[in-house]
Amino acid sequence: MTPLADVGRLAGSYDLVVVGAGPAGLAAAAAGAESGLATLLVDENATPGGQIWRAVTTTPMKRRETLGEDFWKGADHVARFDRSNAAYAPRCTVWSLAADARDDGLIEIGLSMGGKARMIAARQTILATGAQERPFPIPGWTLPGVMTAGAAQIALKTSGAVPDGRVVVAGCGPLLYLLANQLAAAGANIVAVLDTTAPGALRSALPEFGDFLRSPYLAKGLRLVAQARRKLRFVSRVTALAATGESRLEGVRFARGGGVDERIACDALLLHQGVIPSINLSNAAGCAHEFDETQHCWRPRLDDWFCASMAGIAVAGDGAGIGGAESAALRGEIAALGVAARLGRLDAGARDARAAPLRAELARCLRGRRFLDLLYRPAPQFLAPPDDATIVCRCEEVTAGQVRDAARRLGVTGPNQMKAFLRCGMGPCQGRLCGPTVAELIAETRDMSLAEVGAYRLRPPVKPITLGELAALPQTEAAIRAVVR
Amino acid sequence: MFRLTPEGAARPPLAFTFDGRAMTGRAGDTIAAALLANGVAACRTTPVSDAPRAPYCLMGACFDCLVVVDGVGNRQGCLTPLEDGMRIESQRGRRAVAELAS
Amino acid sequence: MIHVKHSTSAREADVAVVGGGVVGSAIALGLAREGARVALLDEGDGAFRASRGNFALIWVQSKGLGMPAYAGWSRKSADAWAGLAALLREESGLDVAHDQPGGFMLCLSQAELEARVDAMKRLHNQPMMQDFRYEVLDHRETKKRMPAIGPDVVGALYSPHDGHVNSLRLFRALREAGARRGVDYRPSQVVTRLEQRGGGFRIEGDWGVLEARRIVLAAGLGNARLAPMVGLEAPVTPSKGQIIVTEKTAPFLRHPVVTVRQTDEGGVMIGDSQEDRGFDTIVAQPVITTMAERAVRMFPALAGLNVVRTWSALRVMTPDGFPIYEQSRACPGAFVATCHSGVTLAANHVFTLAPAILRGELPVDVADFTAGRLHVPAHA
Repeated sequence: MTPLADVGRLAGSYDLVVVGAGPAGLAAAAAGAESGLATLLVDENATPGGQIWRAVTTTPMKRRETLGEDFWKGADHVARFDRSNAAYAPRCTVWSLAADARDDGLIEIGLSMGGKARMIAARQTILATGAQERPFPIPGWTLPGVMTAGAAQIALKTSGAVPDGRVVVAGCGPLLYLLANQLAAAGANIVAVLDTTAPGALRSALPEFGDFLRSPYLAKGLRLVAQARRKLRFVSRVTALAATGESRLEGVRFARGGGVDERIACDALLLHQGVIPSINLSNAAGCAHEFDETQHCWRPRLDDWFCASMAGIAVAGDGAGIGGAESAALRGEIAALGVAARLGRLDAGARDARAAPLRAELARCLRGRRFLDLLYRPAPQFLAPPDDATIVCRCEEVTAGQVRDAARRLGVTGPNQMKAFLRCGMGPCQGRLCGPTVAELIAETRDMSLAEVGAYRLRPPVKPITLGELAALPQTEAAIRAVVR
Repeated sequence: MFRLTPEGAARPPLAFTFDGRAMTGRAGDTIAAALLANGVAACRTTPVSDAPRAPYCLMGACFDCLVVVDGVGNRQGCLTPLEDGMRIESQRGRRAVAELAS
Repeated sequence: MIHVKHSTSAREADVAVVGGGVVGSAIALGLAREGARVALLDEGDGAFRASRGNFALIWVQSKGLGMPAYAGWSRKSADAWAGLAALLREESGLDVAHDQPGGFMLCLSQAELEARVDAMKRLHNQPMMQDFRYEVLDHRETKKRMPAIGPDVVGALYSPHDGHVNSLRLFRALREAGARRGVDYRPSQVVTRLEQRGGGFRIEGDWGVLEARRIVLAAGLGNARLAPMVGLEAPVTPSKGQIIVTEKTAPFLRHPVVTVRQTDEGGVMIGDSQEDRGFDTIVAQPVITTMAERAVRMFPALAGLNVVRTWSALRVMTPDGFPIYEQSRACPGAFVATCHSGVTLAANHVFTLAPAILRGELPVDVADFTAGRLHVPAHA
């Protein structure tokens, strides 16, 4: 592996560019380089691992039991990538991805590194942009002191830091229980775990229980929940939740089963209700997406080799649908086989033969997933906040009530028109934190399905770059004619 | 906001300032993590309503950890590694570009 | 919680306006203010919608070369705009951030400046051209009025008639005021068939049927398909324009420049390219780079600002670039309205065009804006 610290040191074009150095990206880049492709892995963070294996090579939390064996597995994947011939650009942002204007079948990638932008080309790309936590819009979620559970986990992995004072963990899903246990093991004072798993969810998940019994999740999952229940104050059937405080978090207000309000004073509130694919880049590139009813989120439409609707773009890992770290690495590996075949390094027979055991392993990994997806699907009141005063767009500070009102009275049927009228999704986060909620509110108000409502149409830059960086990039005669007139 | 575990505190220290106050971070910290570990409650106010905000997702998605780093505004604190001697300031509302404001 | 199933609207209207962008919404509001029962038929969330992508200028100074009446029509609307802003504040409760402090066209070379000045002279030398004020400024004078400009700016044209608004808020305000006036807005109702029947029109789509005494086609690029159904023509094609917007920054630029303006919310918008690319709305790096590079030369301090979004949208262009307003001879009561300056002309559309349509005629100002002109060879 060759690390590159300056955007000027990158080659002008690569056979394969992989975006994101999490499980899928590390595997894809290593496999691509191993098959002889000139491969570049670009990643926003300073060290490899993505979020799940964040700081696996640098974490100060060396006691293996604190972060758990699943975390340390990442070290092997990083080591394999390190041994490969791939180039590696850390702290590098991909801000655009598009078919090359010269129509030569290349993908043109806009990068920014150390305050300098650059366009490079790739014959094939694999987007391994991973997942983000599903927005959890409750009253008060913008107060300092409220964070995502994932954020607390990142602080623990990178800095060996834990939330100070009284900590409340709220929401649902495996990551929530894992985090509660990790933080407790690291010495945090967790005063309560507020579980928002919908009471009816078990019933809808039950038909999938057979698969779950044979899945790798079972033992792990049961252990996590049991551990959290045994060691911590575990409050089930939470149906309402709000963060309270003036200029910072002072406590949490909640209700169980529609009962009376209860309160807990706390200094930190960590929220989590599952993860969803990060689709900003594939969306801005113009790839087709579809709504996954089981996982209740949008994901790119892909073929068997994880190729998106646009030639030259594949998507692997949780960015293609949530499956967890192990499945992400397998999907990265399979996607890289597809690339190698498309670039003539592998014939179809060899590709299929090598992919077969990976696919079998992937199927084993994903067994039982549906059960978890259905069990931990957030309750409606945590997807579309009932209290109209709740902020849904954190950047532009647009409330649930404003969105409902525009959907109802102004006849807004989709998030793009909503964005035009209310500015939701126009801030720097580009709808990452409000897109799903805005769509839920429109669907609820107008009695539409989420697939009908649609999603924001995104454009580059998917991450901000400066006007100066953009201005310094190459121009073309045609571009000048289009502008100077 | 956050405190370091003994393992976290064992890393080499890095000196920086936040709004003029001297603070100590650790090698491997992002700016956002260092601010949290130094007890900083809010790192910015919003350009819309001036409400205080603090890092929320720590993974580059939410843009609530925006700070001014060595005079450059609206930097994502969670994606920027802390360096020794950094001058960090809270991002107050809209970013002012000095030459533009004159 | 109130659930709204698909439209439960009436099956009859006095006037059906097809197209829910800024043009259609302005006409609908104008009609409703005159007491008409108006149905406003629109496409869904994915519609090509110039109203969501425009540059938000109220612009007079460069318009009308080849058609002096268009200069007059633009000027009339610009002059009426303060009244529209007041009306919208009153009737929608929204401040559309209307400001007409005069606008600049900055030139980055002597050749650019000369070309601009020459075009302005030719514009004003036309017979029947209504006079308006403009000034040619050198670098020093421009700098005096706009201190943020860089050394590459050789000069500027300035006209006091120009200005800008918050065009997305304008869009919302038109619809909000319309809703309060009873305009029956019908989203996701694509029109597939139009037919004159008896004294009125029958409008059909997969959503059902609507009958209206009059019909106004304000469907932007959709007018090309719809107009022939009622004996009109609107040979409009898409012209792609790309725009950049920066993060919010402290106010520094009150005057709109034809390609750079600061919004009331603080973001700096940078426009605007023009390309014939069919219905392609992909943002292309070389074009936004050229726009960015010119903007940074005009205002060097912009270089440090973050770009937070870019977008492209499709202008609705006629072959000669001027609007078409026409009433059908074959099907009286059917009107078409199409232009690429829905913001500048919004005041005219509310105050002048809509009342005329209710009277069954076109305003005298636009009597010659019919599509028939396109069949006369240019420069005849």
